[in-house]
Amino acid sequence: MTLVLEQLLNGLQFGVMLFLLAAGLTLIFGIMGVINLAHGSLYMVGAYAAAFAAAQTGSFLLALLAGLAAAAVTGIVMELVVLRRLYARDHLDQVLATFALILIFNQSVTILFGRQPLFVAIPPALNGSVQLLPGLVYPVYRLAIIAVGLLVALGLYLLINRTRVGMLVRAGATHREMVRALGVDIRLLYTAVFGLGALLAGLAGLMAGPILAVQVGMGEQILIMTFVVVVIGGVGSIRGAFFGALIVGLVDTSLRAFAPGLLRHVMTGSEADALGAGLASMGIYLLMAIVLLVRPKGLFPAHV
Amino acid sequence: MQHRKSVCLGLMLAAAVAWPALAQQPVKIGMITTLSGPGGYIGQDIRDAFKLAIDMEGGKLGGVPVELMVEDDALKPGQGKQIAEKMLKTDGIKIMTGIVFSNVAGATVPDIVDSGALYVSPNAAPSNFAGKECNENYFVIAWQNDSLHESAGQYATNLGYKKAFILAPNYQAGKDALTGFKRLFKGEIAGEVYTRLDQTDFAPEMAQIRAANPDVVFQFHPGGLGIAFLRQYQQAGLLGKIPMVLAEPSLDATTLKAVGEAALGLEVTSHWNTDFDNAANKKFMEAWTKAYNRVPTFYASQSYDSALAIASALKATGGKADLPALRKALAKADFQSVRGTFKFGPNQHPVQDWYSLKVEKGADGTPVLKTTGKVLSNHGDVYAKDCKL
Repeated sequence: MTLVLEQLLNGLQFGVMLFLLAAGLTLIFGIMGVINLAHGSLYMVGAYAAAFAAAQTGSFLLALLAGLAAAAVTGIVMELVVLRRLYARDHLDQVLATFALILIFNQSVTILFGRQPLFVAIPPALNGSVQLLPGLVYPVYRLAIIAVGLLVALGLYLLINRTRVGMLVRAGATHREMVRALGVDIRLLYTAVFGLGALLAGLAGLMAGPILAVQVGMGEQILIMTFVVVVIGGVGSIRGAFFGALIVGLVDTSLRAFAPGLLRHVMTGSEADALGAGLASMGIYLLMAIVLLVRPKGLFPAHV
Repeated sequence: MQHRKSVCLGLMLAAAVAWPALAQQPVKIGMITTLSGPGGYIGQDIRDAFKLAIDMEGGKLGGVPVELMVEDDALKPGQGKQIAEKMLKTDGIKIMTGIVFSNVAGATVPDIVDSGALYVSPNAAPSNFAGKECNENYFVIAWQNDSLHESAGQYATNLGYKKAFILAPNYQAGKDALTGFKRLFKGEIAGEVYTRLDQTDFAPEMAQIRAANPDVVFQFHPGGLGIAFLRQYQQAGLLGKIPMVLAEPSLDATTLKAVGEAALGLEVTSHWNTDFDNAANKKFMEAWTKAYNRVPTFYASQSYDSALAIASALKATGGKADLPALRKALAKADFQSVRGTFKFGPNQHPVQDWYSLKVEKGADGTPVLKTTGKVLSNHGDVYAKDCKL
């Protein structure tokens, strides 16, 4: 039983991580209509900036600030210099340009930091494990990730649903032309939303640093999962991104954790392992296909 | 003035064109390797080590001037194949090396060896090229893939572990890894898990390991995957509780640096280590440290050995692109390997010794790999018997 609980926590933690990335991606796509393949690069920028700052100063707080600032600034500059020119263009042009950005970011990071992955230490205060229940010991750092993710979700919910900026964002997601016709400076809104998305990606990146490998191309690994989340949740919807991320995190983790074990009841060990691994790899894509069949606009579409 | 200048230029051009006829044309060596993406540091070490060998001879290998052409395959089999085609057809290259990953090798090597060029592998050596499909133009300097994991299985047995939990990514090399480990591990398998190649979070696997409570964990996760795995192993509180035996690709010098103290106490099996006490290795380590000032990975050592092997063949033929003579000279393995002894088996893959290493605190407090003993002697591979050369 504790194993199931632990795996659910793992799924939650993974889902929260995906949410931080998916929130920015879905906002950018929903509001500006831009497919930003370079979103993963912002995640990488956040991770590298934090790793660099942590190595130079040894302070986790400074690393946190550096990671967030670097990702947000990179995002804003990216919007001003490249993406602004792409809003009116075809999706294919956007894909091409943002793919080029991926290559540019990866190469720049290679030039600046080299090809060797960086080491990032866990902040001492969050190192170690706590006993949540008898027999259930869980790393503090992962609990912290869950807490931060849920707080960000709450903050975004309040921002989007309770503030004037949020109202404009919602309006921009559903009736872009109308918002512009009403005299809102949509360009500023776009830049702000892009910066926010970049900030969240950077936050995900810097939190991932101590548990994953900080290396060139780390963003692309997680980007595909993020797109799956956005599609399942519904493009442009923060609520969709949140629930989509949790569903993907939980389904993926549970399949990986339990599919081989359950299959072992009906078939021999090695076959069950192979089939289970296959199922776990397909799981979320299968889920995406089913969601697309039943609800083509995702579970919580922004454009109703 | 202008006129005289152009005459001068013309003369220089003429001299440049005539030059190759007088001096020896450098032998071109093609290197296809992975320089971009998370695996890029491996290709970098392979390239740098090969260059080092050339530089140490002053632009020559075996006394023959050589020119190294390096291209990045970006870990894409299709791209590797294209580069090979260009090098073979446009550049007329007859000696190639460099491929890091088995899937790129799988797509690229057959084209190279079938078109009458030599391929000297500094790393990838998938099982299918070691058995029935072995080729007289294909030489492997590193190891046959399985040996890496066989040595780990043997070492886990030597250490007296009875119950192993084994994990690897769900792709060909991952499956080969688990098969290789099981081949020489005498105990029981408590659990066998295939992870995903794009997986970054291993928390579910950690929980499974804890639940299975094995004597030992064996895992094969090269590069960044391995860094994430080991750090999460420590964070899950498993490090120090359940010992781990690894093959070297899961913990090379570069990943060791990124893993940090989470690697202390791990048992690794390898065919080479920085502290090997032989003249060739000392020469290599000194030159490497002077040139690059970082700890070389075992990939670097393999590439350096590949360069020395090619040098021995070029020396024998005097730089002539005489394929049968080159092959014959290469097969003798007449070079001083940084591993100490080195020879080829019947399928032109190495027959060599395997050693155990342990991660310990070095002089400056950072973890280093220390050689602790020998695991296997004169170890070849099981596929050699299917090879008819």
